[in-house]
Amino acid sequence: MSGFGVILARDLKLALRQSGDSLTAIGFFAIATVLFPFGVGPESEILARISGGVLWVTALLASLLSLERVFATDFEDGTLDQLLLSGTPVSLIVLAKVVAHWATTGIPLIIAAPILAPTLHLPASGYGPLLAALALGTPTLSLIGAVGAALVLGARRGGVLLSLLVLPLYVPVLIFGTAAVEAGITDMAVRPPLLVLAGMFVLALTMAPFATAVALRQAAQ
Amino acid sequence: MGAEGFEQATFSGTGLACRRGGRTVFADLAFNLENGGALVLRGANGSGKTTLLRLMAGLSVPTAGQLAWNGTDAFDDPDAHGARTRFVGHLDGLKPSMTAAENLAFAAQLWGDGTAARVGGALEAFGLGRLAELPVRVLSAGQRHRLALARLMVVPAPLWLLDEPGNALDDDSQRALARVIADHRARGGMIVVAAHGAAPMSDGMTLDVSSFAAAIPPHWSDAA
Repeated sequence: MSGFGVILARDLKLALRQSGDSLTAIGFFAIATVLFPFGVGPESEILARISGGVLWVTALLASLLSLERVFATDFEDGTLDQLLLSGTPVSLIVLAKVVAHWATTGIPLIIAAPILAPTLHLPASGYGPLLAALALGTPTLSLIGAVGAALVLGARRGGVLLSLLVLPLYVPVLIFGTAAVEAGITDMAVRPPLLVLAGMFVLALTMAPFATAVALRQAAQ
Repeated sequence: MGAEGFEQATFSGTGLACRRGGRTVFADLAFNLENGGALVLRGANGSGKTTLLRLMAGLSVPTAGQLAWNGTDAFDDPDAHGARTRFVGHLDGLKPSMTAAENLAFAAQLWGDGTAARVGGALEAFGLGRLAELPVRVLSAGQRHRLALARLMVVPAPLWLLDEPGNALDDDSQRALARVIADHRARGGMIVVAAHGAAPMSDGMTLDVSSFAAAIPPHWSDAA
């Protein structure tokens, strides 16, 4: 297990020193969200109606931005070989890197979302479900994304390929994430969509690290 | 393990073959290493020296043949095989924004007991003591390569695989490398080196990878 902690600590340290990736994701999230009131117009009813979906779509795209770098830097500088020869099971290496990605992208998104929500006139009853849905959904995005990030290693224009691979797989998270916010706004039961999100998280947690591990070993060939 | 030496072991390959991009790089290749043994891989560019080294590390899988550690297939447990292997390839595997010492300390924690006790000694062995606190980003290519070699020493492992370790090294560093390799072998470690020029040890078996090539296209031998 120690390899997990060592890799996680190193990735967090690197992310802190090169905070560009995190800041880019948050900057993108903020700007893309703020574009909607300009594009759709200032009518608060329309904005409130679409706020949940807009926040989710932009958060999802922002999380995709930093995804490509999860394995690519280690692959390019040869660190991946050293990690694969560390004796740590590859799925644990993957898990450490996914947790680091979530901590540096997912958590900042969760913090930024309630700050940006007022620009979309999100009703007060939507904040709780939004935060809960993001907290349950963003780890799933990182887990699914890791599979794609490992698969496109070494490919030219990997970033574009990655979005084509991963975005369709994000659709279920988007549907239930938005549904949770919608339920909060319209006074419906919030629990069911959140439970589905939790289920998807557990499913991704048990499968994605192993799929990613296979893709990483393949990339190192 | 450690200073008192590595336990008795053999590392061998039989009938190894590797296909790359639809053509066979080498076939029916065999080798055998014991404690303190050294193997020098020779061969023209493209003959598969690097491929063979990565295969020995368990990073890539042979098309045919078997790789065995103490008689058991190394691919049965690639993680365990990785843990006994140290690989220095063309890529240094160093993080530019971390200092030289931090890079080695990370390797020490990743591979070992979590102590960074040998980091200082490893840096000194390759004349990098003064550079310990500098970020790798500012080091020259030769210094980075020395740092990658110094990483071999932070946690003992019985099998070293070095891909052209003498490249980009000055005379002092060549001698340092020869010393470090001699120490490693004296403790019972094994080493495989791919080399074009002088190998960093005088004895050891030589394996000409070119001679295992299956039907080399004619334009290749010219290119070498």
